[in-house]
Amino acid sequence: MSDATPARGASDVPVRAAGAPPPGGTAAGARSVGRNLLRERPILPLLALLAILVAISELVRPGIVGADWASVMVRAAVPLAILGACQTLAMLTGGIDLSVGAVASMSGFVVATFVTSPGGWQLGIAVAIVAAILAGLVTGVGVGVFRVHPLIMSLGMSFVVLGLANVWQLLKVQTGTGTPDELRWLGSARSFDLLPNSLLVFIPLAALVFLAIHRTGFGRLLFAIGDNPIAARLSGARAWQVLIALYVVSAVLAAIAGFLYSGLTNVASVTLVDSQVLPSVAAAVIGGTSIFGGRGGYAGTIVGALILAVTSSLLTSLGAPEAIRQILFGSIIVVVAAAYTRVTADR
Amino acid sequence: MTAATARPDRQQREPRESLRAWVQGNAWTLGLVVVLVALLVVTKLIQPRYGAPGLQGLAISVLPLALAAAAQACAVISGGIDLSVGSMMALANVVSAVLMKDQGPEVGIAVFIGVLLLGMLVGAINGAVVVATRVPDIVVTLAMAFVWGGLALLILPTPGGGAADWLKDITLGSVASEWIPKAAVVLLVVVAAIWLPLRRSTIGLSMYAIGSNSLAAYRSGVSVSRTKIIAYSFTGLFAALGGLSLTASTGIGTPLATAYTLQSVAAIVLGGVSLAGGRGGLFGPIVAVLVLQLIRTDMTLLRLNTSLATTAQGVILIAVVMVGTFIQLRRSRA
Amino acid sequence: MDTGMATMTAPPQELLLEASGIAKTYGSVQALRSASLAVRAGEVHALMGANGAGKSTLVKILTGAVRPDRGTISIRGRDRTVHSPAEARRSGLISVYQEPALIPDLDIRSNLRLTHTEVGPFRHWLTELGIRDLSLASLARSLPLATLRIIDLARALAAEPDVLMLDEMTAALPADLTERVLEVIGQKHGGQTSVIFISHRMIEINAVCDRATVLREGETVGVVDVAPGSEDRIVELMLGRLVDALPDRTGLGPGRSQGEAVAPRIAAHNLAQGTRLADVSFDLHAGEVLGVVALEGQGQDELFDVLSGSVRSSAGRLLVDGRPVGFHHPADAIRAGLVYVAADRAEALLMQRSVRENIALPYTASIRSWGLIDLGQERRKVDAAVDRLQIETRAGREVRQLSGGNQQKVTIARWVAGGVRTLLCFDPTRGIDIRTKQQIYTLMRELAEAGAAVMFYSTDLKEIQLACDRVIVIFGGRVVNELTGAESDEPTLLRAAYNLRPDARMPEEVAAEVVAQGTGA
Repeated sequence: MSDATPARGASDVPVRAAGAPPPGGTAAGARSVGRNLLRERPILPLLALLAILVAISELVRPGIVGADWASVMVRAAVPLAILGACQTLAMLTGGIDLSVGAVASMSGFVVATFVTSPGGWQLGIAVAIVAAILAGLVTGVGVGVFRVHPLIMSLGMSFVVLGLANVWQLLKVQTGTGTPDELRWLGSARSFDLLPNSLLVFIPLAALVFLAIHRTGFGRLLFAIGDNPIAARLSGARAWQVLIALYVVSAVLAAIAGFLYSGLTNVASVTLVDSQVLPSVAAAVIGGTSIFGGRGGYAGTIVGALILAVTSSLLTSLGAPEAIRQILFGSIIVVVAAAYTRVTADR
Repeated sequence: MTAATARPDRQQREPRESLRAWVQGNAWTLGLVVVLVALLVVTKLIQPRYGAPGLQGLAISVLPLALAAAAQACAVISGGIDLSVGSMMALANVVSAVLMKDQGPEVGIAVFIGVLLLGMLVGAINGAVVVATRVPDIVVTLAMAFVWGGLALLILPTPGGGAADWLKDITLGSVASEWIPKAAVVLLVVVAAIWLPLRRSTIGLSMYAIGSNSLAAYRSGVSVSRTKIIAYSFTGLFAALGGLSLTASTGIGTPLATAYTLQSVAAIVLGGVSLAGGRGGLFGPIVAVLVLQLIRTDMTLLRLNTSLATTAQGVILIAVVMVGTFIQLRRSRA
Repeated sequence: MDTGMATMTAPPQELLLEASGIAKTYGSVQALRSASLAVRAGEVHALMGANGAGKSTLVKILTGAVRPDRGTISIRGRDRTVHSPAEARRSGLISVYQEPALIPDLDIRSNLRLTHTEVGPFRHWLTELGIRDLSLASLARSLPLATLRIIDLARALAAEPDVLMLDEMTAALPADLTERVLEVIGQKHGGQTSVIFISHRMIEINAVCDRATVLREGETVGVVDVAPGSEDRIVELMLGRLVDALPDRTGLGPGRSQGEAVAPRIAAHNLAQGTRLADVSFDLHAGEVLGVVALEGQGQDELFDVLSGSVRSSAGRLLVDGRPVGFHHPADAIRAGLVYVAADRAEALLMQRSVRENIALPYTASIRSWGLIDLGQERRKVDAAVDRLQIETRAGREVRQLSGGNQQKVTIARWVAGGVRTLLCFDPTRGIDIRTKQQIYTLMRELAEAGAAVMFYSTDLKEIQLACDRVIVIFGGRVVNELTGAESDEPTLLRAAYNLRPDARMPEEVAAEVVAQGTGA
């Protein structure tokens, strides 16, 4: 005999009992259609939001929206979307990966330090990816085996990675650093003055992530662990294996995003990507991936990253200061998350 | 635990028993204090000239983070987490710097009080949004971090403003003896004036209650949502104090202080506050902040790369949490 | 202080709490139709009902955790509908729950302050209840469960409520404390406080209660004056007449039992776990459905946890097909062919995922199947399972949108899709409709016919006879009785479950009698 547990942060009146159907009736009909749309196909309202933002951009600066504008938007959104993939994967299991910023910065930086060394940038990329895998392994073991809260574990890892990257910086300072031309080509150049070269990396990567989430046993387990760890266990799944693999994959993705960022900005710094950690979480949240786990997907995250990129550029073209951009970002996250919580609350 | 074990000497036993319970309950904090003392000794051994000025420097440098940790502790003890602590600090910092610039001490005091009230309001908004939307604390405060940070940037786009002289003086130097840094006294006074009464009050108990077991708290008649909002407003209050300490130590307003958010989480975890809620206090996190800063100092004194200190901080955090969680896991299985 | 005065001011016939016409519907399930409860001042009133009768819903409504759809509640003649335990407390009703409402991380003194309880009266009641040397500085989490329950009770008594609601107060208490608790409650006769007493133990009801209200199928079916021998009347009311819609067993074959030469599928020897599962031994053979009957909290939960690999047993041996096994993880049990169907569908299902993913979950669980999924093969498997269990939905739907019955079918389909050797069903028919129930019995019979071993625990005693070849009864963590399917009618089982027969017979005796009956007929 147990009462309905008041959800954390919920009001004192317990929530409707499990299994209660959503309120129906003709009056609520239209609302419930919107509700179902948001629940079953969150990508459609998101695309609509993106379209509205594009329309506003055009209204604000008539003639600005075009192929060139679009390709700049895509180029800005691509690395964020890759970091968003890290958060999406982690959030599906009910986790989060705050170490992506440090790992990405470290990776971009390590490559830059290898440009003038024997072995060149190719060796640098190999070293960076190995380092990222090690970092992901440690995070994964902490979360999966020692059951440390993912937030804390990945936060701690970000300190460790940042510190080690700094040490590397001091060791390497005499050899000189610079973003290799190849990464600059990949991160910032466009083919035919239109297609960002980063799509060469992003399209296959996004396809792989999408496939992994929706078409593999591994992806099924990500959802299962996030939705109901007890059910997953009772069905014979061992969560620690999944979590270790997940955080390794996430670190490798972060490293790739780091290569693109250093190419995009032509900067090699151990803190380059730090400012993108919270936006990457935002992209996943806006994209409809639940921070509780068990619900979401990568397509939404990509649209979420695009929405953030377009909003940024829109505000820049409005002459609004950075400040307004941040406030708007924050408000969008709260409103979107509240909308998702509302439509998925009846459990 | 039945009648059979009753003993006559209850009066004598009770204080000793409660002392033992206190030591057991605060074993982690006591351990941290021992580490702190050991570190001070090590510092003195490494650098024989380390003395009163060193302590003053230590106290000043830890003040903002110590207050940030206090803010975070309020949220985490009541079962939440606040990722907007750094932004709220920045907001308090720039608001105070803008309003205090070129003003007299009286205005400065009014601004000081106003900023504290603003902090409580901002915190209460965080809490109210969590309660009203039922979105997890971590998402709401992450989003609010953008909002408050943006607001700070809107008020003061580039570093500037100024601080009242008395505010700058309040943390500089020492009181009575050169061995008692003013900044440390300020910290003690603030904590004693806010935290101790709060912890003893019903509101403080309710905060621990909803963090420890919200169902049991609900059944004991605690209003879970109201307590949550109050807890977040105390988080805002401490964050505002942290922001004011930044104004005091730098003399200007800087609209970027987000590094304190994640460091405050690290500090409270090291300080023995359970992320699951309901456990810990303010003393542990403050000692943890001191320990972290001293490790940094020692590494500098040893001419080691300071970035190793960042690594050390991460390693310590991970190791502590891993061991802690592992022990808990073992105990629950036994 | 002045109990004499109290009896004067509160004559025994005055109604202190009156609830009438209470109804509550959860989704499609009507938990309460029309429940009523009238508690007189100063009486100890038992609230009785079999599982699913609506007892817990009524309690939740009285304490304010759940709002009724219809009905009125009044305390001392004034209309009181409460919306939270805090309000209930203010209007004079305090509950003591099975899980103590004490904050684990606070010491006892702080826990008292949280509910504004005075230390003096608390100490008084604590002493009355048999605990004398409690330090108020001890953390709640450091104390054993039994002590916490006593503290919770003492705290409630110290607040001098009009109505005190005790939910299975004596569960998890050692014998000496139980005695003290009953004594203290017994003293409440004629006092200012009325007690609503919920318990599965008839002996306790007899010892302390004045009257008993009996619920059945969401309705109050009778109020009984408790006196020696009234337990028969209470059991009768709890049973009611047998529902006509019940499926009958015609068309189902009898269970086959295999020869002695074959080792039993499961042989459990003296299994023990935690505080509740004390010492359980039984054999489960291929081709049979073995029923398990027990009141709440007699160790059956722990037994199924051990068998399904969720928890390790603290003592005893488990043999599967004659080989000793030790499960560290449910995956080990699954590999040994033991699969588990839980009563709590929230525990077994991925509510936000599709029927297809839920059914296919065990086949992606192993690290070897992390790669690409053969969607065609998966669809065939899932569709076959959906057909076999007659799940009425398309496989792409989210599981939480299904009815309870269909949800339960999904948890079973998960295992049937891969071929079952040993099926452990823990109350699989809880809260689902009669048609689905019948389909589940049929399925269990069919699986047994096909050579599987099925273990079936049910809280609905009517079901046992419909599906089982053999029944074991567990009470106090031990097997106290064993019956054949034929003799397992509901009244017999209910009596057995309450361990009412003073001469609880040993399984061997039962077996001997069964053989004798068999030859006699």
